[in-house]
Amino acid sequence: MNARTNILARLRAAPAGVPVPAPDVAAWHAAAGDMDSATRIERFRANIAAAHAEVHDTDIDSWPALLCGIAAQKGVRKLLVGKDAPEAAALAARAGGDLQLVRYEKPASEWRSEFFDDIDAALTPARSALADTGSLILWPDARAPRLMSLVPPLHFVLLDAASIHTDLYAAMTAERWADAMPTNALVISGPSKTADIQQTLAYGAHGPREVIVLLIGGAQA
Amino acid sequence: MSQPIEFHPSFAERSKAAVNDAHLRQSFRGAMDFLQAKRRAQFPDAAALETLRDLGADIRRYALANLPALLEQLEAQLTANGVKVHWAETPDEANAIVLDIARRHDATRMVKGKSMVSEEVGLNHAMAAAGIEALETDMGEYIVQLAGEGPSHIIMPAIHKTKQQIAELFAAKLPGVSYTDNVDELIRIGREVLRKKFAAADIGLSGVNFAVAETGTLYLVENEGNGRMCTTVPRVHIAITGIEKVVAKLDHVVPLNSLLPRSATGQPVETYQNFISRPRQPDELDGPDEVHLILLDNGRTQAYADVQLRATLQCIRCGACMNHCPVYARIGGHAYGTTYPGPIGAIISPHLLGLADTYPLAFASTLCGACAEVCPVRIPIPDILIRLRNEAQARPGTTAASLRGSGAARTAGISAIWRVWSLIYSRLGLYRLTSWFMSRGRALSPTEQGAWTKSRTPLVPAPKRLRDLLRERQR
Ligand code: SF4
Repeated sequence: MNARTNILARLRAAPAGVPVPAPDVAAWHAAAGDMDSATRIERFRANIAAAHAEVHDTDIDSWPALLCGIAAQKGVRKLLVGKDAPEAAALAARAGGDLQLVRYEKPASEWRSEFFDDIDAALTPARSALADTGSLILWPDARAPRLMSLVPPLHFVLLDAASIHTDLYAAMTAERWADAMPTNALVISGPSKTADIQQTLAYGAHGPREVIVLLIGGAQA
Repeated sequence: MSQPIEFHPSFAERSKAAVNDAHLRQSFRGAMDFLQAKRRAQFPDAAALETLRDLGADIRRYALANLPALLEQLEAQLTANGVKVHWAETPDEANAIVLDIARRHDATRMVKGKSMVSEEVGLNHAMAAAGIEALETDMGEYIVQLAGEGPSHIIMPAIHKTKQQIAELFAAKLPGVSYTDNVDELIRIGREVLRKKFAAADIGLSGVNFAVAETGTLYLVENEGNGRMCTTVPRVHIAITGIEKVVAKLDHVVPLNSLLPRSATGQPVETYQNFISRPRQPDELDGPDEVHLILLDNGRTQAYADVQLRATLQCIRCGACMNHCPVYARIGGHAYGTTYPGPIGAIISPHLLGLADTYPLAFASTLCGACAEVCPVRIPIPDILIRLRNEAQARPGTTAASLRGSGAARTAGISAIWRVWSLIYSRLGLYRLTSWFMSRGRALSPTEQGAWTKSRTPLVPAPKRLRDLLRERQR
């Protein structure tokens, strides 16, 4: 504990300097203004597409059929779904043929090589999304663990268009993040990428090469 | 001390070599032009940018003004969340903490996300010495590690390399890989190699972009997903960061991260914003069983002790100052010889390494002010450079701050010159006499005047003194 005591003592011994008032993030955000819901959906679409993700319009009944169609076209054979996840149940009724549903039931450490090598895609819900940067908010839990949005090369995301916020500040405040942060919260803006070789953009660096958003209720709005 | 600074050859010699390396200059020039244009395109509304910079600066200043209390709050929150917090005064202490954790887990394989603080403490060397493989997994860092080099830019570590050089490197170093300079293919090769490493690693090490005191949250941003791999796959996650990286509130990260990626690489947002608040919970199926945070001082409290130099700690490590620096663009990152190059390197390194070894960096600036103009958190870099120059030349004990290595540039010769100068300028008769002799003895001026005449014509006193000219006019 010596280092701690010494560091804090040195910081406390330093002169105070000019007082700094508490930053007013709310005022800055209010000045920028909010978007109406149609604009939010439209901006979300445009921005996430610019980040190289695909968006498909669908509704609460027909998304499983849409997903199976896309999966077949992309050659997906093993699709990872959450254990006891409601979307897994909806999909199970549809899936069949070449598409095999794999349930995330065991801790990742117990089936790592299969997980890393054999799974073609995963499906998770998004908690909400952001219009201004075209981002998906994921709130991983036992039914949609963290690695589902990272390890498989293709990530399907189920998103309710009504849950798209203007920006991260609006999402954090409306959803009261500061009151109860989860183990890991994620804001994801498109597939994994890198420009580390001569500033040339390449997708699928370490995470998914493709992110496919199934947008529910976005077409009607 | 395990920090990777090279004293030989000197900064001047390294810069000279870099300036004469056509390939290197082309790499940096091209990259800098590209990054400047991309940043400009991200901030079309100048007024909005200035407002945002004000807010960004306020958030960082507020955090520093309350630093000790915020660090204690951060520690309390993280501890309540189940994250273990460690404090380190020196690089050696930080490395010892990591090694201790590794030993407890019999760990031999570590995967690393991008962390400049881990470069600062020389972590890879310390791990190698203890028989632990510390593998960089950010593509750029992986490339420079494979080449046996260090990063030349804080955001784009391999910016000094062409794709052909990387193709040759992969073909030479990776078994079964043949030459290809197709970028997609090179990235695919890196991905395959590193995936196996993620799956097999015992420890994941990462940096931290901001640590939120309010909620006890570690906030990390990245594009590749390697940071998420390192913080999720291995059973232990160790995060290491400087004590200045704390912010008070969760919503403070919003304006800061509106500035960070746009200033850094001209992208609107990073692919992954990763908020980590606790280790894996009993019902969860992935994530590390243990999360550790190491808070490093390493000279930061020295910067903090001085009200002007404290602004150095506002930095959010975006790299915009180097992307816009005419000196950095010409000599590149390695010439600086320090972990942090460019303008931010010139103002932070004296606190990490002492002024004696780093003051030449403060003089390697035209004071053009481009860095301060783009800095998203309004650090007055040129003012701090001038201050450090003064500190380097100061007579010990005459300045406000007690900087390690203060007065190091003040040689006996310079001291003697200043003594003679102040003698002449404080005695009118002596001053008149000296200036009379200088104007009459112009022809005797030396043609070799040290560094001045390397690229300039020699200085020669005027034929007539000012007082002579005035007297003529009054006649
Ligand atoms: S000093 Fe400013 S511009 Fe330079 S890296 Fe830090 S925040 Fe960015």
